[in-house]
Amino acid sequence: MISSEVVISVKDLTKKFGNFTAVDHISFDVRKGEIFGFLGANGAGKTTAMRMLCGLSFPTSGDGRVDGYDIITQSEEVKKHIGYMSQKFSLYENLTVAENIRLFCTIYGMSNKEIKEQSTRLYSYLDMEGMEKKLVKDIPVGWKQKLAFSVATMHNPAVVFLDEPTGGVDPITRRKFWELIYEVSSKGVTVFVTTHYLDEAEYCDRISIMVDGQIAALNSPEGLKQEFHAETMDEVFRKVASQAKRTE
Amino acid sequence: MAILTSLIKKETLHVLRDTRTVVITLVMPLALLLLFGFAISTEVNKVKVVAVTENFTDEVRNILQEFQINEYFDFIGIVGSYEVEEMLRAGKTDAAVYLKTDKGSLDSQIMVDASNTTTAQTATVYIQNILARQQVSSNVLIRTLYNPQLKSSYNFVPGILGMIFILICAIMTSVSIVGEKENGTMSLLLVSPIKPRTIIFGKLVPYFLLSCIILGIMLAISYTVLGIPFSSSVLNVIWVSLLYVILSLSIGLLVSTIVNTQLTALIVSAVAFMLPVIMLSGMIFPIDNMPAILQWISCIIPARWYIDAMRRLMIQQLELWMIWEDLVILAGMTILIMVIAAKNFNKRK
Repeated sequence: MISSEVVISVKDLTKKFGNFTAVDHISFDVRKGEIFGFLGANGAGKTTAMRMLCGLSFPTSGDGRVDGYDIITQSEEVKKHIGYMSQKFSLYENLTVAENIRLFCTIYGMSNKEIKEQSTRLYSYLDMEGMEKKLVKDIPVGWKQKLAFSVATMHNPAVVFLDEPTGGVDPITRRKFWELIYEVSSKGVTVFVTTHYLDEAEYCDRISIMVDGQIAALNSPEGLKQEFHAETMDEVFRKVASQAKRTE
Repeated sequence: MAILTSLIKKETLHVLRDTRTVVITLVMPLALLLLFGFAISTEVNKVKVVAVTENFTDEVRNILQEFQINEYFDFIGIVGSYEVEEMLRAGKTDAAVYLKTDKGSLDSQIMVDASNTTTAQTATVYIQNILARQQVSSNVLIRTLYNPQLKSSYNFVPGILGMIFILICAIMTSVSIVGEKENGTMSLLLVSPIKPRTIIFGKLVPYFLLSCIILGIMLAISYTVLGIPFSSSVLNVIWVSLLYVILSLSIGLLVSTIVNTQLTALIVSAVAFMLPVIMLSGMIFPIDNMPAILQWISCIIPARWYIDAMRRLMIQQLELWMIWEDLVILAGMTILIMVIAAKNFNKRK
């Protein structure tokens, strides 16, 4: 369900830490409803780029717009229109499922009535009825992942950023998780996902591969395979990543 | 406001559900207070003393009687001068008092075992006091003000308060904020539309409330079990303590903006704050006796000023305006640290 409307637009975005250029003049556009994959070896600059788009980090130079808002001057507006899920499916471990949902609903300014509706919808949607009162630290990691994703998309953001959302999760759970991602994207939510699982890259509409802080390749999975004369994404990735000069 | 309330609720639940934290925060202050208040004491009790005398004048008899009654002494008896050295060496006595009447006036000499200087000095002062009271010829009269019995709990309570709040506020705040950084929940808060200010208050308010509870418990114990004289100055004590709590919270916030793991937060708070508080705040070792350079260093330790203020308020029971210097310094430190910490926290890296 990809429209022509551009939701994320990045131009020459650069981030330097001292002499080290973590992200080096990257430019790309992401359209509404697209699942945009961000691939790269560890230390290639994926997370730094994503943090800049979320307003967690300040670019050294370059521009970026998310849902029409400037990431430098309008970061407060940006924050209202995005969802974010971190590498560790972060939620408050010492709070129950219900308390976590309520907390994040409140943070995004929902009313009590909305919170109730959302909670009920989430429990049945995630098959979590009866688990409301469990502490998050006591639920299995797969549930935690689903819950963290739902919490990140509860407030109907324009874009949801997923930072390595499937790390340390078994393939079946991962597959199920991608079904959630498809469902959200079919509703017009743009999904921006970093990963280093190459099978996951196939699920994306378009992929950019980062090498040494730069975007070395950007295309649909099929397009990339043709471009690099490769059979699989794995081969594409190895061909692209072998250009890397810097080590972690 | 609803957001702040829910953040405070979240933090409170987090603290309450972490049994270890609850136990440590409540039991530790109590244990320290009771330990220092009762068990550890720089008072010297039961000083073993012998007397050497030949003439039993009224004066001498009064002195001997005084030694027998006084609970700080354990009067062994009257011995010959040839036995004294042997007894001191064998540890059978801590001090010997020579009383010699010559032409109607009493001359005295004190011999004391100084292998433990604290005991020796204190014992000497005790004995001098008794002699001074009896000797007509000597008219030195000593009165110890504010703490007539020289109780060491009076001395320690302000110190313990100074230590506890740094411990609870600085360590707990920094560890909990850094913990959120480590778990990644801090990122969730930072990418949300919450203002950084709200996040900071959401962290500080629960620990402030916890500190208030602890302050209440500690003051209750100080004024009852440890027998610190209760007076209207207790209100001043509370105000100044709350200021110090806020200062300690800002220190915790500052630490959390500098370090990235809970372990480092713990070590930084413990080494950078606990040790100086114990060694340089005047809690145990008097600042006036330190070399000049340590005295200067002690000036930047918040606990030094707080403990000084507490001694004056709790024990001397002075009015607030009489400790304005301590107050100005504490308030200044609070504002400075709070501003730096908030700035650091807001900085987007």
